[in-house]
Amino acid sequence: MSTVTVDPSTVLPDEGPIEHRIVEKRSVKTATILAVATALLALLLVASPRQGKTNFQITLGNEFFSIGEGGVVAVPAVPFAWICVAIMAVLTVVAFVLSYRYSKFPGWASAVFGLLAVAAFLSWAGAGAQGRLNVVGLIGNAILVAIPLVFGALGGVIGERAGVVNIAIEAQLLMAAFTGAVVGSLTANAWVGLLAAILAGAGVAAILGVFAINYRVEQVIVGVVLNVLIIGVTTFLFSAWLQTDMQRLNSTLEHRFPDIAIPLLSRIPIIGPALFNRPVIVYIMYVAVAAVWFALYRTRWGLRTRAVGEHPKAADTVGIKVNATRWLAVLIAGAIVGIGGASYTLVSNPSFNREMTAGFGYIALAAVIFGNWDPIRASLAGLLFGFAINLQSVLSVIGSPVPSQFMLMLPYVVTLLAVAGLVGKSRAPAADGVAYTVEGH
Amino acid sequence: MRLELQGITKRFGTFVANDSIDLVVEPGQIHCLLGENGAGKSTLMNCLYGLYQAEEGEILLDGVPQHFAGPGDAMAAGIGMVHQHFMLVPVFTVAENVMLGNEATKGIALDTKAARERVNEIAGNFNFHVDPDAVIEDLPVGVQQRVEIIKALARDAEILIFDEPTAVLTPQETDELMGIMDQLRKEGKAIVFITHKLREVREVADKITVIRRGKVVGEASPTSTDSELAEMMVGRAVQLTVDKGEPHYTSNALEVKDLVVTSADGQVLVDNISFTVRGGEIMTIAGVDGNGQTELANALLGLEPGVTGSITLNGKELLGKTPRQMLDEGIGFIPADRNEDGLVGAFTVAENLMLNRATGAPFVKGGVLQIPFRNEFAREKIEEFDVRTEGIDQPVNALSGGNAQKVIIAREMSKDLNLFVASQPTRGVDVGSIEFIHKRVVEARDSGIPVVVVSTELDEAVGLADQLMVMYRGGIVGIVPADTPRDVLGMMMAGIPPEQAAIAPVPVTEEGAQA
Repeated sequence: MSTVTVDPSTVLPDEGPIEHRIVEKRSVKTATILAVATALLALLLVASPRQGKTNFQITLGNEFFSIGEGGVVAVPAVPFAWICVAIMAVLTVVAFVLSYRYSKFPGWASAVFGLLAVAAFLSWAGAGAQGRLNVVGLIGNAILVAIPLVFGALGGVIGERAGVVNIAIEAQLLMAAFTGAVVGSLTANAWVGLLAAILAGAGVAAILGVFAINYRVEQVIVGVVLNVLIIGVTTFLFSAWLQTDMQRLNSTLEHRFPDIAIPLLSRIPIIGPALFNRPVIVYIMYVAVAAVWFALYRTRWGLRTRAVGEHPKAADTVGIKVNATRWLAVLIAGAIVGIGGASYTLVSNPSFNREMTAGFGYIALAAVIFGNWDPIRASLAGLLFGFAINLQSVLSVIGSPVPSQFMLMLPYVVTLLAVAGLVGKSRAPAADGVAYTVEGH
Repeated sequence: MRLELQGITKRFGTFVANDSIDLVVEPGQIHCLLGENGAGKSTLMNCLYGLYQAEEGEILLDGVPQHFAGPGDAMAAGIGMVHQHFMLVPVFTVAENVMLGNEATKGIALDTKAARERVNEIAGNFNFHVDPDAVIEDLPVGVQQRVEIIKALARDAEILIFDEPTAVLTPQETDELMGIMDQLRKEGKAIVFITHKLREVREVADKITVIRRGKVVGEASPTSTDSELAEMMVGRAVQLTVDKGEPHYTSNALEVKDLVVTSADGQVLVDNISFTVRGGEIMTIAGVDGNGQTELANALLGLEPGVTGSITLNGKELLGKTPRQMLDEGIGFIPADRNEDGLVGAFTVAENLMLNRATGAPFVKGGVLQIPFRNEFAREKIEEFDVRTEGIDQPVNALSGGNAQKVIIAREMSKDLNLFVASQPTRGVDVGSIEFIHKRVVEARDSGIPVVVVSTELDEAVGLADQLMVMYRGGIVGIVPADTPRDVLGMMMAGIPPEQAAIAPVPVTEEGAQA
């Protein structure tokens, strides 16, 4: 055997994963879904052609400038819809070409596609109607509908990032809505009501914490039980107590958060009145999304919280108290969900009603997963769901030809399409839902 | 800093994991803690590190008694640990892992710049480079281990515990680690080096303490021979080399041609490889973990989707058959991860021994388990394969690693075999059982069937091999005889073909080996 001529230190791969040869694969999933959506819309236009124009209300009169006649733009319904469908078809072809070239269809293009689909559909649905399709209201009310979804999703993200699955978002929303209504009514002060709602959300979260963290009960089961329990508690209190004196105990009509117009911003056409002439909770929501993102990714608390959700033992070995960290995260999450719950009775409705959260907690949970456990993406998912839910009620008001039962399915169809077509692989925190214990103590 | 353990006792229920252990580690010294798996080494270190609380005994640092309520206290006192299973958050970056629990902040925001600089500074001291922004799960284990070391040093550890640090490393990475440990020793750190690998112990140890069944059984000098150390460790004379005669080839053969295994995301894990294993011959497959060996072994049992090429056994094409059909062809298979793929932990020894035979007689008749027959079979097998268990009704997850592995081997070898495939057969198995398992593998070969063994332990791969194949990034680097020098094998594991390592290519005499 001769001597070795290669110095091992110069040839050893110093870092980087073991690299295998990659066979590129074409993914036609997105393109296929776009094709199906385009075809369905085209089919709708062919099968059920409609006459007349659709009146889009674009501006309300308070903006820097007005668009259209009195803020109304009338478009010939079906031709406009066909133009949208044509552009969608082009985008679909682009998507197929890109996938053939192993490239990804960009996310913004998917968003444009979605907007076009909505525009085409609205144009078709509103054809010939006397009423106007209020674009500002469409967006603005979507924001209001989305408040509990966004706060719920933020709370869900924080809990799950720390390793505690929070199925009880629904319970926290409902308890907070109830508490906000009662305290807001009694004190005649929305701010005190909001504070009470935050405490109520954190209170429900504390029950989750005791069982999930201290007693290591299966977290999904605790969450579901809590949801059922809080429905029972609030329904009972509503019938047995609130209904005895609705005026004093359950009427926030006079004390709700009023709309606040932000100077300048609120006068931008379309988005001004929709986004910047809203109750204070909406502004809290904008700040909360950014704050949660910053806290999770840029602060010591966030680093530790994510560490206990990914690899609690690693956190333990560097001296981080795993269960204390999880407790704090669960309480903060509950408090944030509580703000969302307060919006039911301190923004959207003048009183509490039984089971008024109507499963929004579960939709918020879907937004957490759809948003890949990221606060910003989960919030955007919440907004998308809020838009779909709101669209359904708008269309029934302007008298669209679609049967209302079909419209009720809309949010869920949107969810399915979005999750199936536009989301990559989602990855939960590794220790999500796993209670932490050290053997040997 | 001088570390002293006095009379440490740790019990789990009635089991005494550490029985009154005394240990002194001086600064500037590498102190080896030698013992088999389950001897209590890791338990002892977990007590020292505050992860466990010892029932009795005391920890002294420079003569001062310490009371660690958790790892935070131990770290604050200057103890750092490089864990066997790295305590790194896989989705965090290197810098994030290093600063975790010890974060510098600017206002309320994390000071990641300071953390990055700290990583570069410490890595620079040891002449290696680690990208502070690399995500842990993308790094090879050798680099992950360096991150663990950096993490301990970033906290100014004066006492460093290395818990089985070489179990996951290539020979070169092991050498580099030894270099780092030596440098740490020169800087005056006190080092505890836990291992069961004798070669490494003799290489770096200043002092050796041997632990068996939770007790210190004695100290040994670094000049002791391997067999002396092994005897202390196991408590009886152990044969460390594989004892096998000349191969007697038969006409049987496993032929693999142009085999390609592609993962769902398009990675070519096994890249167009061909080889032949004759009856009566052991082909060992060496290589750094993750270079396609496990997938190759799995493909031989039909466990991998997305396989193309050809696998013929005694002339019969096997590719495309289900694992069930493969088993019926007489393939014995030991999976790489016995707890994940080999055993059902909550099932009893007897149930696990019949796991792959639940399709018909004699274990099942008319859809009904033949329990008396099964129990009789199980009793025979635990006798024959020396499975140390409280009985055939004990769940396998209560067995030690070696005994659990013996259950699999008993199951796989208790039928007529035409091919035997063993993936990491002795991973996490004690020295005594390794000897036994190696004997069984050689017996299978001497029965005249082809045998394929995948092992990342170079000693094992060399010891068992009639032919040795090295895999790198899914391909074959070369097929060489077992007496190829270790440094050449080490370089082949880094992807350098034997010819380029200035080694005369191995003459392939019989039909078969082709790189």
